[in-house]
Amino acid sequence: MARKVLAKGNEALAEAAIAAGCRGFFGYPITPQTDVAAYMARRMPQVGGVYVQAESEIAAVNMVMGAAAAGARALTSSSSPGISLKSETISYLAGCDLPAVIINMQRAGPGLGGIQPSQADYFQATKGLAHGDFHLIVLAPYSVQEMADFMVLAFDLADRYRTPVMLLGDGMLGQMMEPVVFPEPVKTLPEKSWAVTGTKGKRPPNIINSLYIQPDELETLVLERYKRYEAIQREETRFETFFADDAEVLLTAYGSTARIAKSAVLALREKGVKAGLFRPVTLWPFPQEALRQAAAAAEYVLCVEMSMGQMVEDVRLAVNGAKPVHFYGRTGGVVPSPAEIIEQVTRIREGS
Amino acid sequence: MSTHRILIAGFGGQGVQFAGRLLAHVGMYVGKEVSYLSSYGPEMRGGTSNCSVQISDKFIASPLVLEPTELVVMNGPSLEKFEKTVVPGGRIYIDSSIVAKPAVRSDIEPHPIPATALAEEMGLGRLANVIFCGYLIKKLDLCPLSALPAILKEVVSAKRPELLEGNLQALALGFSM
Repeated sequence: MARKVLAKGNEALAEAAIAAGCRGFFGYPITPQTDVAAYMARRMPQVGGVYVQAESEIAAVNMVMGAAAAGARALTSSSSPGISLKSETISYLAGCDLPAVIINMQRAGPGLGGIQPSQADYFQATKGLAHGDFHLIVLAPYSVQEMADFMVLAFDLADRYRTPVMLLGDGMLGQMMEPVVFPEPVKTLPEKSWAVTGTKGKRPPNIINSLYIQPDELETLVLERYKRYEAIQREETRFETFFADDAEVLLTAYGSTARIAKSAVLALREKGVKAGLFRPVTLWPFPQEALRQAAAAAEYVLCVEMSMGQMVEDVRLAVNGAKPVHFYGRTGGVVPSPAEIIEQVTRIREGS
Repeated sequence: MSTHRILIAGFGGQGVQFAGRLLAHVGMYVGKEVSYLSSYGPEMRGGTSNCSVQISDKFIASPLVLEPTELVVMNGPSLEKFEKTVVPGGRIYIDSSIVAKPAVRSDIEPHPIPATALAEEMGLGRLANVIFCGYLIKKLDLCPLSALPAILKEVVSAKRPELLEGNLQALALGFSM
């Protein structure tokens, strides 16, 4: 059996990216994800990879674009304000059908905000990171083990569907240490016949481009891309349920908030309240149908987030009025406690 | 065993984070669920340092320790800041060679240990943090003394093997108190 080590979330991401065959990391420091870059600065030269601390977030993501165009597994990492800066190029990555992985270890906003954990970039990640018709696959790990596992998954999905993938964590997940078993190093990477690697005079040149002046041509391309999005929705939607089968009170939460919600579920069960949790693991595609089914038997749904209420809109869409959907959130970098969730459940039961 | 929620606080440079990582490793070694979270907030930049460690038989929800069952304080400001957060019946471990004031609460169990003075006296330099670790490992019955050399090797940098011996002595000292 592979060995368990105690690892910090940010370092687990970095080491797992190397296991996934990533040999290009381009970053710019920002709390609370700087450990990813620091770890890569040390490790990349050891594995024959490239580490560049760029002059800015914008430069870093454009380097990712170049490496991805050349067929490499490339990664950039940042936290909320830095992701906003990267957004333009992420749209270009989608428009060029380039696989790449972007880490966002969220901190509190808006603006420079704070450096403590937050989930207030849900809208940005899942709805409108930048201009144009496109989606990112968004994976939301909730433990250090999942940070490692999902990093490998992120690169696989990116290559399989030729799309940028975002790993959406938060400052707490990045900074915490937990036991982790690292994934086995990937031995062979997928062929990329579209990559710009030089023709050697033997084939017509590949072109990576997102500019299409003719509306018909661009519409056709976008429609084709949306066919791929449909396949992603069909094949790659992921979620976890916890005591959800007979739950009268169904909590929904993702990422580190889901840990706190799990703890609240156990405490509520001890008090005789039939509570359960539905945890979306992919935030896009959102597990809409699975949530609708899980909520069918519940009395109501309570969505808990470290934001003023963002994922709750997707929860309401999924439940579609069949059940009341309540919301509880903390923001600004404040982490909710299990006791606060239990208090909300009590309040809802008392009708206040 | 219930969940041990441990908060360790002191000045930067006292080895607060190392002590936290060491205790988390001990928990992992004996097959418990563990988590460790270092503070990275504005207080860190003011020179104080703290970390949260949890060791449990059960799934650990939030890695943040807000209501510790065990509080280790290695400086005065940390006592003032965190004494009120300890759960009733919890334990407070105070470096009595640095913190002049005792704990004021009567519903928690005080464990004054002159760790810094002891470390200096025994020629263990700045290993007061590790003395506390040894003391907690014994107090919480986490693992036998004989298991500690193997665990320590995981935590002490492979580049600094010369540190192992002193750390072991400090652990044994705390363990035997």
